[in-house]
Amino acid sequence: MAFINQKNKEVQVKIVYYGPGRGGKTTNLEYVYKKFNHRIKTEMVTIKTQGDRTLFFDFLPFNIGKIKGYDVKIQLYTVPGQVKYNATRALVLRGVDGIVFVADAMTVRKEKNILSLNNLYENLEFYKKDIKQIPLVMQYNKMDLAEQGIPLLSFENLEQMLNSDIKAPAFKASALKGINVVQTMKKIIYMTFISLQKELE
Amino acid sequence: MTYTLGKNQLDSIENVLKKDLIDLGVQCVFLIDMAGNIIADLHQAEIIHDIYSLAALAAGNFGAVNAMAKIIGENEFSLLFHKGKNENIHFSKVSQDFLLITIFGNHISLGFLRLKVNEVIEKVKNTIEPS
Repeated sequence: MAFINQKNKEVQVKIVYYGPGRGGKTTNLEYVYKKFNHRIKTEMVTIKTQGDRTLFFDFLPFNIGKIKGYDVKIQLYTVPGQVKYNATRALVLRGVDGIVFVADAMTVRKEKNILSLNNLYENLEFYKKDIKQIPLVMQYNKMDLAEQGIPLLSFENLEQMLNSDIKAPAFKASALKGINVVQTMKKIIYMTFISLQKELE
Repeated sequence: MTYTLGKNQLDSIENVLKKDLIDLGVQCVFLIDMAGNIIADLHQAEIIHDIYSLAALAAGNFGAVNAMAKIIGENEFSLLFHKGKNENIHFSKVSQDFLLITIFGNHISLGFLRLKVNEVIEKVKNTIEPS
């Protein structure tokens, strides 16, 4: 639910990083926070469990400058990935404008990715949103683990498994090393803006 | 879903928040939507809070408490209040999509604040969602 403030010429947009637990959603935000530290005036908000897992959400507000004369404020959120936290996941999705699905490329996490994507589909349906209509970017994370000999699903395999129907833009990434983290974010911001364009004219 | 509020609507909301709350000594008041976006924020000159984080947490908190309400058979808890040593925070639902948050010190009584907040909500509701 993007909000356009005609008085201050400001747009606020909500982007949510979704995906299975331990997939790298928080690591994506941490990398963005570190990388753009000079432009982010506030602290990143995280609500974690004692075991350092996301309990409610992470939140990072991010000012990206002006587009079409509007000051653009992006609000990046993550959801808790663990299956048992679906109630909080659904809460964070309220009013979402764009989604990054962070899939875990490790072969052992194959089922978890599918379950999480199905869960996203159901939670969006609750808000009467269609997974094929909402701006969405796929990110296949942990690709750097190949160097350590950990079995990974191939890009083609992941595409076929998760993206054959949605056909969203997809990136191979390593959130930990910062590979394609910024590109993923730029892509989702761009796509979200295209979808808002009519309202800004 | 995207929504837009024009300059006149936002001016009118800010006037109400200023006259009915800030001028009475409320430290900080902000109107947010349930997605965590900030529609209006006003505060006393010396107060600086990270309002974007506050708004995100407030929307999440309100949503979580409403989910608790449903579990115990209530439709919602339409107002929340957290008491601190020096500052207190009060959340009140304006409509399905909007929430009014006030931060105030101990020199304002909760009863008085609630009375004023109720008046403000009626005025704000008429501006955002004219009948």
